[in-house]
Amino acid sequence: MKPRNKKLALLGAVVVAFGVAVVLVLNAFQENLVFFHTPTEVKERAVPFDRTIRIGGLVEKGTFKREGESTTVTFNVTDGEASILVSYTGILPDLFREGQGIVAEGKLLTDGQFIASHVFAKHDETYMPPEAAEALMRAEAKAKAALEAAEVAPVVESTGKGD
Amino acid sequence: MLPEIGQFLMVMGFCLAVVQSTLPLVGAQRGQLSWMRMAPNLAWAQFFVLAVAYGLLTYAFISHDFSVAYAASNSSVNLPIEYRISAVWGGHEGSLLLWILILAGWGVAVASFSNNLPIAMSSRVLAVMGMVSVGFIGFMVFTSNPFDRLMMVPVDGNDLNPMLQDPGMIFHPPLLYMGYVGFAVAFAFAMAALIGGRLDASWARWSRPWTTIAWVFLTLGIALGSWWAYAELGWGGWWFWDPVENASFMPWLLATALIHSLAVTEKRGAFRSWTVMLAILTFALTIVGAFLVRSGVITSVHAFATDPTRGVYILVFLAVVIGFSLILYAWRAPKVGMGGGFTTWSRESVLLANNVLLVVACAAVFIGTMYPLIIDALGMGKMSVGPPYFNAVFVPLMIPLLIMMIIGPLVGWKNATFKASMVRLYPVIAVGLLAAIVWPLAMGEWGIIVAIIVFVATGIVGTFVVDVIPRIKAPTLTGKLARIKNLNISWLGMHVAHMGMAITIIGMAMATGYQDEKDVRLAPGEVVEMAGYSFTFEGVKSVRGANYASQYGTVHISENGKLLTTLNPEKRTYDKHMGMPMTQASIDRSLFRDVYISLGDPVGTTGAWIVRVYYKPYMTWLWTGVIIMAVGGFLAVSDRRYRMKIKRRLTGRRDENQVVVD
Repeated sequence: MKPRNKKLALLGAVVVAFGVAVVLVLNAFQENLVFFHTPTEVKERAVPFDRTIRIGGLVEKGTFKREGESTTVTFNVTDGEASILVSYTGILPDLFREGQGIVAEGKLLTDGQFIASHVFAKHDETYMPPEAAEALMRAEAKAKAALEAAEVAPVVESTGKGD
Repeated sequence: MLPEIGQFLMVMGFCLAVVQSTLPLVGAQRGQLSWMRMAPNLAWAQFFVLAVAYGLLTYAFISHDFSVAYAASNSSVNLPIEYRISAVWGGHEGSLLLWILILAGWGVAVASFSNNLPIAMSSRVLAVMGMVSVGFIGFMVFTSNPFDRLMMVPVDGNDLNPMLQDPGMIFHPPLLYMGYVGFAVAFAFAMAALIGGRLDASWARWSRPWTTIAWVFLTLGIALGSWWAYAELGWGGWWFWDPVENASFMPWLLATALIHSLAVTEKRGAFRSWTVMLAILTFALTIVGAFLVRSGVITSVHAFATDPTRGVYILVFLAVVIGFSLILYAWRAPKVGMGGGFTTWSRESVLLANNVLLVVACAAVFIGTMYPLIIDALGMGKMSVGPPYFNAVFVPLMIPLLIMMIIGPLVGWKNATFKASMVRLYPVIAVGLLAAIVWPLAMGEWGIIVAIIVFVATGIVGTFVVDVIPRIKAPTLTGKLARIKNLNISWLGMHVAHMGMAITIIGMAMATGYQDEKDVRLAPGEVVEMAGYSFTFEGVKSVRGANYASQYGTVHISENGKLLTTLNPEKRTYDKHMGMPMTQASIDRSLFRDVYISLGDPVGTTGAWIVRVYYKPYMTWLWTGVIIMAVGGFLAVSDRRYRMKIKRRLTGRRDENQVVVD
């Protein structure tokens, strides 16, 4: 090959390598984005069953159970509006406790049970995992909106009657 | 009174940095020798005032001065002395002060070892470092004063976060900061060269040892963090692709590209503009790292309390740094020329490929780290990018890079012949293939990924052997010894660092491919078997530590009925953090395997616990390889040519690529 062609071949190789890398990245990226859903969202609308998702909220008080003396535990995660039954096998994080904010990563079964592969709690006493905080905030905002709607509704009704 | 003096000294440091960033630079532009000569003194003065300020903050911790808000929230009366000293960098403000002190320390080092540089160059370097100091000291003075006082002085402090009460805390942050901040030196050299309009082989030679040393510290700092997470978190993992880990790993990837690109620039004068660009980007990524950790956009054990002004300050600082350096680059870099040409099959080509792969890998990590943050900031929902993404992208990119490590050292500069290189490569490939078949089988099961890693790792060692043999060939033993003594030390450093990498990736591949893990419920006296070992659980008892209560487990490990060792995993509850129990894993390390035990939760009333047992082969290799990499880096910078510049200049001899200096 002439030097010029060699340079072109090298350039071509670099471009191809770069292209392969980009395809690799985008492909892996698509497949491995883990979306976050609140318990309300899980209850309300279709959340994908076939892919890994994260749910977050508080561990509902009085729902934590250990299956016999095994390493499998179940508990409910709630955002105040809806709660989801979560099952997890393994060692829970140090700061896992009823009434605390946690995030669970795993898959949703068609019967509504959530099988967690990882459970994350907060890193210290002072804050909540951001996802758990978000779930509570969204549920609260929803409750507030519902309350406002309820307050507005009678008015609408009465004007309806007036007609 | 003392904290107020500390605060005053910080402001003084800020003023000194402002002077350091202007006078020497103006002096260098106008050729005023007296102004340029002030640069080293200013660097020393800045270091001195900051060191005293740092000492005063440490004194507040040691003497339990809880009127200082920062000490009150990070220390306590019962905190052991070694953690009181390291608690100084346990929070945002103090760790920033440490960062700035280390930056000033690098400035002093540059001032001390730059006697053989043209004074205009060293003045510009120190001026740019002064600008960086202005940015960071300003950050502390305006947003994060560690000397703030409390109106109501508490009797006792809040104690250091229990997670940070570990020997890892003493070494990990200082080493990591040494690395992070060190790239400010590489950046300053690049900027100084751009300002002076002289990007040449001599610039690369001056800049190279600094970059390599910073790289060594960053490597050690990251590895120590990983080692700490492995021992402390109780999950048996050593890398989680957590945003904060990525924040340190991205500059590491670019810095690795930079030290290789600098090699080309020094030896062949090529890649100059590219090398400068890498120096800029590496430094910019260290600021991105500071942003990730200190702005509160991510929550992790590394992330400090949220304060929006801090994030905004760093973003503005980042924009200023990138903006100015790119403008300077666009203005000056086109004039620096391309340097020596090279053909397709040459060391330059291999190093070009190395650079492309490292930059692409860094970009991939960057996308995975930043995308969820950007989506969240735009209010488009919350998501995370998990380890599977990073593994899927990173591993395929690293394998060709590792193959380059086999080929590179055996290919000549500028214009090598494919045939001649292949003759030397054949035995290396043969040995590598043999190892790739045998070694995984010896581990019990052959797998393709482990086989590839074994191939490249043995190949890297094989390359060293093939490269070293002709260099030490001599008819007599004394002749051989003489030739060994005369080996080029930086060449040896490269090979040592490469072999360290080979050992590390063997550790990674084996520990990932052949680990065994069990979560079991064990009552006292019960036994669990794993990988040929028997683990006998002897129960858990309550023990008292300096500032914590411990649930102290005892597990006997035996092999073939013979007691091997006893491990004591713990669950600690610190007095000041009752709601935050801490798992302390217990690990028995040996050359070919780690046995790792951590306690889960108590179950039932019989004293039974959920216990996690790990068998992790070759973990020691992972850590040892990193230390060898660091040794390689130190060898590379101890080369005499970095200290012989004066002589060479005086005798008037110059390298072929060296453009006129002074």
